[in-house]
Amino acid sequence: MLQLRDKKIADEILARIKKLNLQLKIMHVCGTHQDTIVRYGLDSLLKNCGIEVIQGPGCPVCVTTTLEIQKAITLAKNGVTVATFGDMIKVPAAGTSLQKARAEGGDVRVVYSIDDAVKMAEKGEVVFIGVGFETTAPSTAVTLLNEPENFYVLSCHRYIPPALDALLGMGEIKLDGIICPGHVSTIIGMEPYKPLSSRYKIPQVIAGFEPLDILMAVYMIARQIDEGRHEVENEYVRVVRSEGNKKAQEALKEVFNPADAEWRGFPVIKKSKMALKKEFEEYDAEKRYENLLENIEMAEEAKGCRCGEVLRGLIYPQQCPLFGKICNPSNPVGPCMVSIEGACNIEYRYKE
Amino acid sequence: MCLAVPGKVIERRGNKAIIDYGGVRREADISLVDVKEGDYVIVHAGFAIQVLSKEDAEETLKIFEEMLKNA
Ligand code: SF4
Repeated sequence: MLQLRDKKIADEILARIKKLNLQLKIMHVCGTHQDTIVRYGLDSLLKNCGIEVIQGPGCPVCVTTTLEIQKAITLAKNGVTVATFGDMIKVPAAGTSLQKARAEGGDVRVVYSIDDAVKMAEKGEVVFIGVGFETTAPSTAVTLLNEPENFYVLSCHRYIPPALDALLGMGEIKLDGIICPGHVSTIIGMEPYKPLSSRYKIPQVIAGFEPLDILMAVYMIARQIDEGRHEVENEYVRVVRSEGNKKAQEALKEVFNPADAEWRGFPVIKKSKMALKKEFEEYDAEKRYENLLENIEMAEEAKGCRCGEVLRGLIYPQQCPLFGKICNPSNPVGPCMVSIEGACNIEYRYKE
Repeated sequence: MCLAVPGKVIERRGNKAIIDYGGVRREADISLVDVKEGDYVIVHAGFAIQVLSKEDAEETLKIFEEMLKNA
């Protein structure tokens, strides 16, 4: 893999991009892409070639709404064991967080895999906070298909293509190309992106996570534009098959139904959330704890936090007045500073 | 969270397998993939989500070189 950081090839790709002499704004929707971009300074290298790259709504924890987090906190505060991935516990909502609920005696556990949560459920009821896109959601689907006991899911899983559609449709930001997330695409394949490329006449390239993967994807987008094409291409051929992972797609289809839902920073996005199907209702935390969860109203976002605009690609983290001053990873004001996939967190880690 | 790392399948045990990540071994669920021992897989949140094709890094570099040649 080290070869995918080869400086000579990187320089050659950059020279090709520069030669095309284009001014482009390209969005990706993946925290791991952003990590590679900022860690290796690709953002400034590309800027010198006329290419601006910005992270959109590609951080599952960040796009989870305040209301969803409030629900998780409410469960924890009412004596329910809540299991979740690490980043979630620090996200502030309504002046508190899962971490604070834990400090106040709530049973909040951090897990690395849904399997850990299922094992916990042998000792009593557990609610797993299901966060993540198509990459993560199949593990939730498979788990429920195995009929676990004492186990409930608060599904915050979401589909990426509807968010891209919403973003392009809103027209707030003018984008010339999209770098599609490698591991979401590992599951969904190339097909779901195609209607977007035709509808919005925009090139999309699926990319891996090494520096050369990103540079190559940018070059492939630039070349499409230079040649007047707008197609879906795959740079990450060593992992992504054009049909995706059929088994995972089937598991998703069996367990979830697409439902309309808000994303942080976005109005309701049609068919963008994975809601548990009726057949899986018995695992639905929203049903199991309906009495606790049904009347919660979404709290105000933290004052001054501009995560919404960061997630829509309208501003860079540094353009938020709180960035690095009041807001930093040990005192995060918004989720984009909490999550290691959040644009603010990544920017702070490598540049401050 | 979308971090997914490649590892080698050492031993299968039903729906699970022992995966070796350059010396560190952990169990992963393999019900989403068809794998045999010796295959390389991409693992995300404890689940193998794809088998790495033989087109490894070297193959990718070859593709890059081709593309750069034809440009
Ligand atoms: S820097 Fe902090 S307050 Fe500003 S947008 Fe990012 S997370 Fe929100």
